[in-house]
Amino acid sequence: MATFELRGLIKAYGKTRVIHGIDLLIADGEFVVFVGPSGCGKSTTLRMIAGLEEVTGGEIRIGDRVVNEVDPKERNLAMVFQNYAIYPHMSVRQNIAFGLYTSPLSKADKARKVDEAGALLGLTPLLDRRPAALSGGQRQRVAIGRAMVRDPVGFLFDEPLSNLDAQLRAQMRIEIKDLHRRLGTTIAYVTHDQVEAMTMADRIVVMKDGHILQAAPPMEIYDNPVDVFTARFIGTPSMNIVPATQSGGVVTLAEGDPNLLAGVRPHDLLVGSTIADPGLTLTGTVTAVEPLGPETLVHFDVAGRSIIATAPAHGPVTIGATVTALAPRGHVHLFDAGTEKAMGRA
Amino acid sequence: MAATDTGMTPPLPMARIRPGRIVTWTVLSIGGVLMITPILFMFSTSLKTAGQIYDLRLIPQNPTLANYVAVLTEGQFPRWFLNSAFVAICVTVSNVFFDSLVGYTLAKFRFRGRQFVFIAILSTLMIPTEMLVIPWYLMAADLGWLDSYWGIMFPGMMTAFGTFLMKQFFETVPDDFIEAARMDGLNEFTIWWKIAMPLVTPALSALAIFTFLGNWTAFFWPLISTTSKELYTLPVGLTSFAVEQAIQWEMIMTGAAIATIPTLLVFLALQRYIVRGVMLAGLKG
Ligand SMILES: Nc1ncnc2c1ncn2[C@@H]1O[C@H](COP(=O)(O)OP(=O)(O)OP(=O)(O)O)[C@@H](O)[C@H]1O
Ligand SMILES: [Mg+2]
Repeated sequence: MATFELRGLIKAYGKTRVIHGIDLLIADGEFVVFVGPSGCGKSTTLRMIAGLEEVTGGEIRIGDRVVNEVDPKERNLAMVFQNYAIYPHMSVRQNIAFGLYTSPLSKADKARKVDEAGALLGLTPLLDRRPAALSGGQRQRVAIGRAMVRDPVGFLFDEPLSNLDAQLRAQMRIEIKDLHRRLGTTIAYVTHDQVEAMTMADRIVVMKDGHILQAAPPMEIYDNPVDVFTARFIGTPSMNIVPATQSGGVVTLAEGDPNLLAGVRPHDLLVGSTIADPGLTLTGTVTAVEPLGPETLVHFDVAGRSIIATAPAHGPVTIGATVTALAPRGHVHLFDAGTEKAMGRA
Repeated sequence: MAATDTGMTPPLPMARIRPGRIVTWTVLSIGGVLMITPILFMFSTSLKTAGQIYDLRLIPQNPTLANYVAVLTEGQFPRWFLNSAFVAICVTVSNVFFDSLVGYTLAKFRFRGRQFVFIAILSTLMIPTEMLVIPWYLMAADLGWLDSYWGIMFPGMMTAFGTFLMKQFFETVPDDFIEAARMDGLNEFTIWWKIAMPLVTPALSALAIFTFLGNWTAFFWPLISTTSKELYTLPVGLTSFAVEQAIQWEMIMTGAAIATIPTLLVFLALQRYIVRGVMLAGLKG
């Protein structure tokens, strides 16, 4: 068990900086998920924590030890890769046992730990198979097993579920979360899937272009995003953003070059609502209708922008119709139009 | 499904033969005959007596194993056979080890001068062996290596071609495997030996076959570097059946026939590894 701490962490490849001095403290036993668009530096950050990538500047601490110059194996972390990277020429049992390669345990103790890990991950009947004879989900479990047997002080996951189909992904999400509950080990987890981030994380770290934009619990980020990027990145469908002006607590759509942006989540923007005193009202022509079952998503154009709102299931909305959607007060996010930083709600 | 099983006759295979196929088969057959005929004559001649060798019948009139008995019991043939085997095995083991060690380093490590080292190794491929023989000879003479096993072996203990081949193959080994092993606490040598090497067994087999065959049949350098008959390798030894007055073709062919056996064995033992593409099974699928 240990804390991970990044202090002014910088990474450059040659002259190109890809991580611009980030600070983060991951608490002991915390499950932290790094999200961000492709190329924002998530993997690089994780690989620096692992010791697979050299640190250009700043400090990484595990517990209270600075590990910048420490070999990966000395850090006692375990990593699960996107491609699983389980060794194809070894059986499942040998693969898992490889996690104990440097362990001083006796042969019998090692075998027992491998069996335990196999049982915990539901791999017992597969222990003597080769990876070629396993499904994607089973391979991923072998990779997790190899990481687990060692009792590392922390787990690092780099997009471990991105090669699985949606159903398996949902199942593995729960299994990994469950594993974390049982082992209580610190986890740093990289993904670009914001659903994974929302459902698994104790805390989400949103990254962009080598900077951390926000690090907070999932609902805190959802409710109070610090800027337009974070607001749009977390939550599906993405938050609607329109130019606006504000007077007396009421936000109205603005033409031209206003100094405010108003953001409203599709689930807070309701078609056919009759609330008395809305915080924002948008009217436009419907361009697409997506029935999801419990509700229907309505796409419509407002001043050349595509807006998504929610309508009740079996609603009468049709393409080409003009609709009005309302957002209740308190659910409209305001951002500075220049800096795109959050300015509270209306 | 049931209808096809009972009712319909499948179209005759003959109807499917396309003219292109016929050309291909013809060319391949001619090639096959051209390659196999000399080998058949080698075996055939080895079963004939000295008097019959210009009788070009493929099936000898009175086949005899006398040549085999003579070759294996008189003279130093068995010794040459063992010399060749020893030299070829040592050189093969050395190449499989060192070529892949250097190839792996060039493929998977970033260090200053890497590209320079690689190009330097590659450029030696452009120098023909004939040009190297004299420097080798002078070097071996200076160091007292002439007329010794080491003298025969040293030029081939590592080859640029083998290094290049292994580098290309190691480049196809995904870095994730290596990094996973690094996280598991293996040192760099163990990662190479236990993780990377098993993933390139097809290439290792190919390298082993090429190296073994090349050294088993090597003639020029063993001839130049040895003087005592005890150190002759098979190809060099076989030429001593061609003494001034008469060339004993039946003896040469018998020796050559025996010499093909190890090459066949090596190929049969290793070929299945060449076909087996083991690598991708550990990655996403
Ligand atoms: N070896 C390298 N040499 C040069 N630039 C690199 C190297 N590795 C990564 N980069 C750059 O560093 C930046 C961050 O890469 P990184 O792999 O951390 O992104 P990521 O957030 O993990 O993206 P993804 O979601 O696509 O995996 C990218 O712009 C990438 O081009
Ligand atoms: Mg990545």
